[in-house]
Amino acid sequence: MTVADWSKPAAKAIPKEGYFELAQGRFGPVFPRTPACYGFTVIAKVKPGKEQVVREYGATIEKAVAADPGVLAPLKLHYLRWVLFDVGSGLHFMYQGIFDTDFDKYLEDAIALFNATGLTTVFMNLEGWPEDWRTNLQAVIKFFRDHQRPSFLEYGEYPYVSATDIKKALRLKAAFGAVLDEMQ
Amino acid sequence: MLDLDDIQHFLLTRTPALAARYEFLSFPAVDRGRAWLKGILERVGTARAVGGSLLDARWVSVAFTWNGLKTLGVDQPSLATFPPEFQQGMAPRAAVLGLTGKNAPEHWVGDLASPDLHAIVILFARDVPERERCKTEHQRHVTESGVRVLSSLDLEAIPPLEYAHEHFGYRDRLSQPAVEGAGAEPTPGSGPPIKPGEFFLGYPDEMGLVPPPPQPEVLSRNGSFLAYFRMQEHVGVFRDFLAQQGKTPEEQELVAAKLMGRWRSGAPLVLAPEREDPALGADMQRNNDFDYAKMDPHGYACPVGSHVRRMNPRDTGENMQRRKMIRRGGTYGPHLPDDAPEDGHERGIAAFVGCASLVRQFEFTMNVWANDPDFMSLGNERDPIIGTHDGSYDMTIPRRPIRKKIQGLPAFTTVRGGAYFFLPGIRALKFLADGPSASARTTAAASARTS
Repeated sequence: MTVADWSKPAAKAIPKEGYFELAQGRFGPVFPRTPACYGFTVIAKVKPGKEQVVREYGATIEKAVAADPGVLAPLKLHYLRWVLFDVGSGLHFMYQGIFDTDFDKYLEDAIALFNATGLTTVFMNLEGWPEDWRTNLQAVIKFFRDHQRPSFLEYGEYPYVSATDIKKALRLKAAFGAVLDEMQ
Repeated sequence: MLDLDDIQHFLLTRTPALAARYEFLSFPAVDRGRAWLKGILERVGTARAVGGSLLDARWVSVAFTWNGLKTLGVDQPSLATFPPEFQQGMAPRAAVLGLTGKNAPEHWVGDLASPDLHAIVILFARDVPERERCKTEHQRHVTESGVRVLSSLDLEAIPPLEYAHEHFGYRDRLSQPAVEGAGAEPTPGSGPPIKPGEFFLGYPDEMGLVPPPPQPEVLSRNGSFLAYFRMQEHVGVFRDFLAQQGKTPEEQELVAAKLMGRWRSGAPLVLAPEREDPALGADMQRNNDFDYAKMDPHGYACPVGSHVRRMNPRDTGENMQRRKMIRRGGTYGPHLPDDAPEDGHERGIAAFVGCASLVRQFEFTMNVWANDPDFMSLGNERDPIIGTHDGSYDMTIPRRPIRKKIQGLPAFTTVRGGAYFFLPGIRALKFLADGPSASARTTAAASARTS
């Protein structure tokens, strides 16, 4: 684990491969933790006529999280960004997650969660998604590996800080505020 | 429904063996390998035969590496349908498992990292004389069939023999998954029975699906993958460490329990946080009946980084039903009595874990639970017992008001070798012994007759 000073903003330029030194994970090279934590950016082309299905799924996730705020907790996310764009080569979907775990390590957990929340229905509308995804974990992993686009620059205003640490700090702040209130 | 007449007994039946021998074999030519397999086939017990009567004196199991299947004549298109991690074998994937430094394959013994390793024969025996008798018998068969023994390992239970334990003195065999349809009920606190597809190929798994099996199906059905590892236990180092960490025997025992997550009797720290409780340790109805998220979220009783909490995070882990494995094995090397100084003999555990997916089950356990320094955000820790250590990792023992942090944990164990095997069903063993091409001819003849 990188011991870093959270109070000192940091930027890191990343080689084209997406890593500095080749470290093999279970499914391929491990992508490093950067000042902006771990990241996962998957970009794939949307199948013709499926834009609306993908777009509507945003509202489905909103409802799922409202009903059970812990539903995405296993992904150890900070932020999730979904973008649809077309720059002349057809409509593409971008799934970008910023999180606190090495993706290679928890890939099956993520896929199980994608299945459980129906997130896979979004992926099913993307070109290249394996037809036998239900039974062929290797093919699903290959899809994510093939469509992952590593960053070449990442920046953190408060680098290397986990969501757990941020929440701990905010809880402490709230608790301390309550103590001060009691002392008025 | 599990095909108990076809599945080898190894993962489904716990035999009352006090001795064992593993022989690691190489087949110089396909006919010799088949001759060896033909001669031993009848001695391999099915789950039904062995499960029905434990009066036997010895139990035999046979498994193959990917190179072994190749040497026995399985064709390339079939070989390519086996999972990539099995094709590669354990040694090339050692870094994925965290087996670096002194645990790396360059230091392994017994030729286990060699591509010449083709098969293992596992003999469990009721006692040492029976083991020795079988050993002689097998030596004869090896000579007659012309295969080569790369290395072997003798195993014996260590005293006291009343309960299974390893050289550090911790009770073993406390958590075994109950396979759905195999008869045994899970012990309280162990969760629901696990679908057979998590351990045996060709059955529905926890996703409710049957993953596409390696081909041909006659070869893969009712088979399992085995990860073998031989792990030396440095009993002297362990005892010296405890002596440094605690002034009294009670303090030392508490440190030993904090590393493991259970007292040496097996009593879990979550249920017995302050002192040893041998009656609890021995009681299978109680010794797994606990969780972590509700009963010990901060690890004040059982440290988050302790061995048992890493190997089975229970309700603090995700997807737990898909990470379970069946363990088999035993201790090798002489017992080191409590009052004896380290004698320099190699002693340890030589064990197998059985599963349907090496990468999802075994490799995950090693890569993430045992050797990820940031497991559960611990930052700089590895499994204190089985993790790879070089003195640079810590162990945090949460306690009020301030946690205790042991810095620079020594290596209590060293992995001396390992390999991936496929444990086929009985029909598959026959298929391999007859030669896949002979079987193909039989199939072709049969279909010619029916057409």
